[in-house]
Amino acid sequence: MDATFRIFRGNSQGGGYQEFLVPVEEGMVVLDAVHRIQEHQANDLAVRWNCKAGKCGSCGAEVNGKPRLMCMTRMDQLPLEEPVTIHPVRTFPVIRDLVCDVSWNYEVNKRVPPFTPGEGDLWRWQQKDIERPREFRKCIECFLCQTVCHVLRTHDQKSSFIGPRFLVRAAGLDMHPMDSISRTRFLKEEGGIGLCNITKCCTEVCPEDIHITDDAIIPMKERVADDFYDPVRWLLRKITRRG
Amino acid sequence: MEELQSYTYDVLVIGAGGAGLRAAIEAASQGARVGLVSKSLLGKAHTVMAEGGIAAALGNVHSEDSWQAHFRDTMRGGKLLNNWRMAHVYAQEAPERVMELERWGAVFDRTPDGKISQRAFGGHSYNRLAHVGDRTGLEMLRTLQDQAVYRGIEVHMECIIHTLLRDGARVSGAIGRLRATGGFVLFKARAVVLATGGLGRLYKITSNSWECTGDGFALASLAGADLIDMEFIQFHPTGMVWPPGVIGLLVTEGVRGDGGVLKNSRGERFMFRYVPEMFKGEYADTEEEAQRWLKGDGAARRPPDLLTRDVVAKAIMQEGREGRATPHGGAYLDIASQRSSDFIKSRLPSMYRQFKELANVDITRESMEVGPTCHYMMGGIRVDPETQATTVDGLYAAGEVAAGLHGSNRLGGNSLSDLLVFGKRAGLYATEHANKQRGEPVADEAQISQAMQEMLAPFQSSGEEGPFDVLRDLRETMQQYVGIIRNEGDVKKGLEAISRLKDRAGRVRVTGTREYNPGWDTALQLPLMLTTAEAVALAALERRESRGAHTREEYPGSDDAFSKVNFVVRRSGEGFLVVKEPLPEMPQDIKKLVE
Ligand SMILES: Cc1cc2nc3c(=O)[nH]c(=O)nc-3n(C[C@H](O)[C@H](O)[C@H](O)COP(=O)(O)OP(=O)(O)OC[C@H]3O[C@@H](n4cnc5c(N)ncnc54)[C@H](O)[C@@H]3O)c2cc1C
Ligand code: SF4
Ligand code: SF4
Ligand code: FES
Repeated sequence: MDATFRIFRGNSQGGGYQEFLVPVEEGMVVLDAVHRIQEHQANDLAVRWNCKAGKCGSCGAEVNGKPRLMCMTRMDQLPLEEPVTIHPVRTFPVIRDLVCDVSWNYEVNKRVPPFTPGEGDLWRWQQKDIERPREFRKCIECFLCQTVCHVLRTHDQKSSFIGPRFLVRAAGLDMHPMDSISRTRFLKEEGGIGLCNITKCCTEVCPEDIHITDDAIIPMKERVADDFYDPVRWLLRKITRRG
Repeated sequence: MEELQSYTYDVLVIGAGGAGLRAAIEAASQGARVGLVSKSLLGKAHTVMAEGGIAAALGNVHSEDSWQAHFRDTMRGGKLLNNWRMAHVYAQEAPERVMELERWGAVFDRTPDGKISQRAFGGHSYNRLAHVGDRTGLEMLRTLQDQAVYRGIEVHMECIIHTLLRDGARVSGAIGRLRATGGFVLFKARAVVLATGGLGRLYKITSNSWECTGDGFALASLAGADLIDMEFIQFHPTGMVWPPGVIGLLVTEGVRGDGGVLKNSRGERFMFRYVPEMFKGEYADTEEEAQRWLKGDGAARRPPDLLTRDVVAKAIMQEGREGRATPHGGAYLDIASQRSSDFIKSRLPSMYRQFKELANVDITRESMEVGPTCHYMMGGIRVDPETQATTVDGLYAAGEVAAGLHGSNRLGGNSLSDLLVFGKRAGLYATEHANKQRGEPVADEAQISQAMQEMLAPFQSSGEEGPFDVLRDLRETMQQYVGIIRNEGDVKKGLEAISRLKDRAGRVRVTGTREYNPGWDTALQLPLMLTTAEAVALAALERRESRGAHTREEYPGSDDAFSKVNFVVRRSGEGFLVVKEPLPEMPQDIKKLVE
């Protein structure tokens, strides 16, 4: 059986869809089809990928309008009677075809206060103490959550909001059992955590099933509230290293 | 001539996997101006895929473990063809490097008393692999990336190095291009560290990511550096064999470390029949004993499913040849009957997901189907065991692209700690070297303009070859003729095919523009890949015996005549010279450790 693909071709100046027919094999994923096209029909079709195993987070694109990892999207989950549409993620500028310029994320990352362990502590902890930070550290930096978040996507508030990926990262550092600093001022003043209105769109697209809103953003919003109105609770939290 | 972006550094690090990042961090902390280059985005390097863990004799689970034991296992795993001094330095420094990673924020799994947990792995006589579920590589890479960012290291992402530049006999920088614009970039440097990773993409069936095209082996060799042990390529026994799109994708050895067992189509645990002489008495003899090991009985020996990778890969092939392969030509890997569903999901979360999402298999209830996949390059650039200096002045190498530590076969988990131990050393000694240089590094105009012409040639070619067609044929050639089991006739055919592919690579034509053009990237990759492939084939031809990962059909046994030699592959004119050289001799007190 053949499937029809409509793939965006173009660059920062603009572009449009081009159609391709691809034979479908058992177990095939969307990235396989894109590679097939690249190999046989359009050698210069630009696509970013590394691992083809859902581990590196390089291959995000909008498949039939939904941001996903192309290497983890099986063809048999798509309605193949209609053309499959692939568009680069919309929140970041296109470089070419399916490849976007995600450098803004790398710049934001530099501003997150780094892991800062306390002096002389005994580096021992229980598995249950690290469940939360571990959840956040699963992040493969696919930036799909950044792509769907309306604060960045629709309102383009990139100068005042770091986006869900970096709220997750800050939460992961803050909840590390040995970390000794607070990132709440950063989150409030530079991170723009107040701009998130908990729509949970980010959580829905996360390929790593990180509960971005419930487990990272809401607790960090609470910490921000605590720290600016209730410093005793901040101290308590650092001493018990929980939550 | 078009304009060149140009940068000058004390130390240029090519490659941002574990080894490159660790080298860059060390050089920066020594005060060097460091530039870091990678073909993909930061944090995406192949290291991110590593699953099972990082080996170091921390002794957290088995307090009897020691660097001596780790050294012994590493040497024996490599069938004593390792550079003993590298293995020695490595085993001693690995624990420190792992602890350092923890200090930098890596969150390892814990033992009940709160220390870093360690799991069992093939060829390690104690539980030795510190792990983060089955995503150890991601944790390691992210931790190193954070350190690099924190230190303000300049990173050139999606930048592909095409040639190393030389000032007389010494390396003085590199030239390449930025994927996004197709623009050329010149790096001048007092010292260069190559940390470009492996070459799995030379093969059709591989666990390796897009980047692993073996560039570094070719870049170094063309700049005059020696390569050694190029015949030793590890085929991991457990890659996925179905469905077609994921053939080769790795199934971590952690599955077996955590109790998974191999079975043939008749349901027999065949590994009991394949214990080699060297390891007799060290593995369980019966299923009953293996079951006791699984339950934690300290007196029971580990199951033969955990033999070294070369042994297990060949056993699976042999079962297939004798008609006992599974429907898709592999073996069954069964953890469902050994462990609870909760245990599997918490210890092997990404394996669970990988099979569920890509193959519709629930590994908590069904067996996986697995077979060998090209996984790791033991051979590579010859380096000094302490400084990681190559045989060319100013050029250093670390990580998978460097050779010596693993001998003829690498133990699982030994790569990640290799990256840290020798990445750090490479960064340190490259900085020392840089500090001794006087004046600015010199980039030769003739070399620069030649490199730029080469890079533009595929656009001007009148040939009719497609870059991806030549690539596909190269990967098939290597798989077929220089694969897991080799013989003289096949390897010679492979060499002839490589020579024809070189001609075809010269006729490749590229369409489109220079902006992010994968056809162009592939066209320029081909000559490097073919150079590396030729070096592998030549070494495979010379080693007329079977040892570790290198298997010759006509010489099924190991031969003492080859037990103490490395084959050195060296550039000579337009071709290569292969030279036999004696291994460095082990001192008596060290020799005792491995006997
Ligand atoms: C699926 C899988 C699981 C594994 N699991 C484990 C494990 O559990 N434990 C273990 O010890 N080992 C494991 N390994 C092996 C280990 O991951 C690799 O050997 C190791 O990560 C290699 O690291 P590296 O730093 O040498 O190179 P890589 O991580 O491969 O990085 C190479 C870098 O060089 C860059 N580069 C290459 N060529 C160029 C060029 N021409 N110009 C510019 N940049 C270039 C790349 O962009 C990249 O940044 C696993 C391997 C695989 C495939
Ligand atoms: S929950 Fe917050 S961060 Fe997530 S998509 Fe909605 S607004 Fe953005
Ligand atoms: S949090 Fe999830 S969606 Fe966001 S970048 Fe990380 S893995 Fe991707
Ligand atoms: S290619 Fe790595 S996540 Fe898809």
